Amino acid sequence: MDVQTLIDGLFKGDIISTTRLISIIENDFLKAEEISRRIYPHTGNAHVLGITGPPGVGKSSLVNKLALEWNKKGKNIGIIAVDPSSPYSGGALLGDRIRMREITGIKGIFIRSMATRGSLGGLARATRDAINILDASGVYDAVIVETVGAGQSEVQIMSIAKTVILVLSPGLGDEIQAMKAGTMEIADIFVVNKSDKPEALETVNDLERMLDYEGLNEKAGWQPVVVSTSSTMNTGIDELVTKIEEHQAFLAGMTSEKLHEKRAAMELIDTLITKIENEAIKKAKESPVYNELVKKIVEKKIDPYQAADIILKEYMQLSRQ
Amino acid sequence: MKMFDSSFIERIKKEKKEWQEDSPRNLFEQTNSSSIPIKLIYTPADINHLDYEQDLGFPGNYPFTRGIHKTMYRGRPWTMRQFSGFGTAEQTNQRYKYLLSEGETGLSVAFDFPTLKGYDSDDPISLGEVGVCGVAIDTLKDMELLFEDIPLDKVTTSMTINAPTPILFSMYLAVAEGQGISCDQVGGTVQNDALKEFIAQKSFIFPPEPSVKLVIDVIEFCTKNVPRWNPVSISGYHIREAGATAAQELAFTISDGLMYVSKTIERGLDVDAFAPRLSLFFCAHNDFFEEIAKFRAARRMWARFMKERFGAKNERSLWMRFHTQTSGVALTAQQPENNIVRVTLQALSAVLGGTQSLHTNSFDEAWQLPSEKAVTIALRTQQIIANESSVTATIDPLAGSYYIEWLTDKIEEEAMKYIDRIDTMGGMIEAIKKGYPQREIANSAYEFQKQVDNKKQIIVGINQFKDEHEELEIPRFRVDPEVEKTQLKRLKRIKENRNHEKVLRHLNELRKATERDENIIPYVVNSVKAYATLGEIISILKEVYGVWREECVFA
Amino acid sequence: MEFGERNACLHEELIMKRIKVLVAKPGLDGHDRGAKVICRALRDAGMEVVYSGLEQTPEQIVNAAIQEDADVIGLSILSGAHRVILPTVTKLLSEKGITDVLVVVGGIIPTDDHLFLKQHGISAIFGPGTPLKNAVEYIRENVSKERIH
Repeated sequence: MDVQTLIDGLFKGDIISTTRLISIIENDFLKAEEISRRIYPHTGNAHVLGITGPPGVGKSSLVNKLALEWNKKGKNIGIIAVDPSSPYSGGALLGDRIRMREITGIKGIFIRSMATRGSLGGLARATRDAINILDASGVYDAVIVETVGAGQSEVQIMSIAKTVILVLSPGLGDEIQAMKAGTMEIADIFVVNKSDKPEALETVNDLERMLDYEGLNEKAGWQPVVVSTSSTMNTGIDELVTKIEEHQAFLAGMTSEKLHEKRAAMELIDTLITKIENEAIKKAKESPVYNELVKKIVEKKIDPYQAADIILKEYMQLSRQ
Repeated sequence: MKMFDSSFIERIKKEKKEWQEDSPRNLFEQTNSSSIPIKLIYTPADINHLDYEQDLGFPGNYPFTRGIHKTMYRGRPWTMRQFSGFGTAEQTNQRYKYLLSEGETGLSVAFDFPTLKGYDSDDPISLGEVGVCGVAIDTLKDMELLFEDIPLDKVTTSMTINAPTPILFSMYLAVAEGQGISCDQVGGTVQNDALKEFIAQKSFIFPPEPSVKLVIDVIEFCTKNVPRWNPVSISGYHIREAGATAAQELAFTISDGLMYVSKTIERGLDVDAFAPRLSLFFCAHNDFFEEIAKFRAARRMWARFMKERFGAKNERSLWMRFHTQTSGVALTAQQPENNIVRVTLQALSAVLGGTQSLHTNSFDEAWQLPSEKAVTIALRTQQIIANESSVTATIDPLAGSYYIEWLTDKIEEEAMKYIDRIDTMGGMIEAIKKGYPQREIANSAYEFQKQVDNKKQIIVGINQFKDEHEELEIPRFRVDPEVEKTQLKRLKRIKENRNHEKVLRHLNELRKATERDENIIPYVVNSVKAYATLGEIISILKEVYGVWREECVFA
Repeated sequence: MEFGERNACLHEELIMKRIKVLVAKPGLDGHDRGAKVICRALRDAGMEVVYSGLEQTPEQIVNAAIQEDADVIGLSILSGAHRVILPTVTKLLSEKGITDVLVVVGGIIPTDDHLFLKQHGISAIFGPGTPLKNAVEYIRENVSKERIH
């Protein structure tokens, strides 16, 4: 099926078109660009929720409960769950669906597992495109993206989210300390999951202290909040939904375009970086001197920095012509 | 006291070194299922750390390494118990009556998958599974038909049931009561081992804590009211079949047992009041000596834990009685007759390991419920070992073998590493929640399969000595489609004709008792007597306890 | 992955399709040893594997296959209910207009039922004793070529 037919299907809410388009943007960067451009005007309707946190804190189980709660209120939810690829084989075991078993098959809930594959930049791009596809289908009131770990890719993926939730679990004091400041700063809501554990209260207090003292509360007028949940005991989920809706209302009520512009700028920069990278590497490999330079580096006749400068110079000249 | 004097050991060590110098190096690399490297030969130097009285002892004496009884098979051979069950309650009842007329006194019930998972036969998820792998039980009516005209004070019944044990057990008591037989006159066994379901067999329903609570309900109820009943069979079999090594099987089974014992003591029962009724259930796999060593180590470990950790004083509390079944996954679908030989070796390891009862698999079980002929051969295998081989003439004949004693120690050592790790996590419930045993087993299963694929592990007929002309013929399951129809019709009739008000009242009382965290058995008995269905009772418990879903536990 | 390494393989990744397999266990039996072993073997062969776990109804399996846009559905069944459950899965797939997904089965399936299942859209049946690499190779060779470009 050609891309245009799939896009037509997508706008009609056809599930098979939706899911095949996601595969295409995952697998084929060139077609991905075409798709993203055509659907972009139709995006921006779903509330995009980013959920992140260290491994083992129960993110998937929380997404499971959250989607269930939202679905009961008549909302349609799209979920993108990202799991790591194996660095050895490039394959992946995607286990999030099993943790979300309770909601698989419920009408109005869509789950898609994605592997990180090799490239971090590529992941952020593919994840964002997948979110945009779900958004553009017009079917989903909210799109939840769940990623593992912390770091650059996290921040990049989360930049598309309107509400960012950082999930922690009790007794993770060291992890919180070690958490990249970037990840702490992008969160609008902090969740302490597994609140049935005895150390939970302490973790909540720690977090609240950090939010007070470390200036993390200056987010264009939004005061980040801490919510305790337990996905096994099913507690705190309704409060979390309320907080998300409050944040959504806060965003809607913002008269300033600043936040939207910030997000648009970030998307632009990220896309630009990806494009420049791809373009530059493609050109570099096409360059007649490329193979020769590689050999010279091996023979230590030249270092990679010098080699890169040579290609760059050649590239600049080409662009000027 | 050491086995040998030290100058002798020094001499042996020296001589072994000289002997080894002439041997090719590559002979020294071999490991067993538990990744224990096996030496080319063993000598007195390998067992000199042992103290005969403390570490082995006489049969019937602590720590029971050599056996729990003074006479062992001279006094009484092991029980030859073959597990069976199929179709409707009526068909199984006919089969039982035939077996009883042939002189059997012990019955064994296999339930179908919907029953094992707590679903009624009319639940949509039961489609295609009713009466397929065992008998279908929905209400007390089915249980009444299953045991019709069978005097429950004269026979003992073993029921392979886990999460729904309280319901099936209550139905059994209700049938007995209907026959005018009181609780203290019935005898039998329920598997009732919830923890291994999470670890291996995966027929769980509720989360680990309430599941264990229900196990303890049965133990407590039996201890107080049904003294001839074995309320739990702590099972390593399924753990092994799911891919565990011998050491993992041993460790996880004992850790499960430790959890049940400590939770029952927490309930307020004296350890010596219930521990004598506990028994274990192991697998006999292919590595002959490793299995024998495992059984011997298990007996010693259990006795020491019961005495040292729980302060048991009654000697019977220290006895690790165990049932053994030969390995199902070791059977091959290819060249199936070879399985008779495999089963013989496995059965022999169980006998040399001192088992109390044994089930030998039929050679055709890699692909079907066994045929009559295959079942008979399996039973004859046991009878040949018992009557012709003379291995029963002396107790624990392999004791003192340098290899066996060394390996018994080594397996214990490996198993203790796992048990210590699980103890550090806070016991088996916590370990399961972390996915620890599940992950260890999945790793072992994958490693094993890779070894088979690259021929490091030879399986005759699979990756060596294949019969290239063999066409694998797997016969059709003998499922009668009438079984499901009959069952659904009966369930519908019962649901229409029972006293609804009474059902609701008893289910409501059950719910309240469950919420109050009482022992639920008396309330379940009342509910089943009112013909509440298995599925209805399980639903009440699910509402209170929630359901368990396994997380994806890979490496 | 480090920055340099990432750039080096970036271009090859511009068009990179990995075979995506949904592995599920229909039926009520909990024997998941085989399912988990095959999941890992497929992962180690470079495929992306979604394991949807135990006790999956045909509806849940087809629903998951659609949402994940799986190229292959691998079903493991040992409960004896295959004659009822497997044709329901393939029937639901064709009702949804999905004709290019490879459906393979592992477990104990009587020889008499093989033809029946193949007539009902099951492409391959991997019985006891199948080496992992046979299953991997079969999937590689038989997955729809259009799907993986």
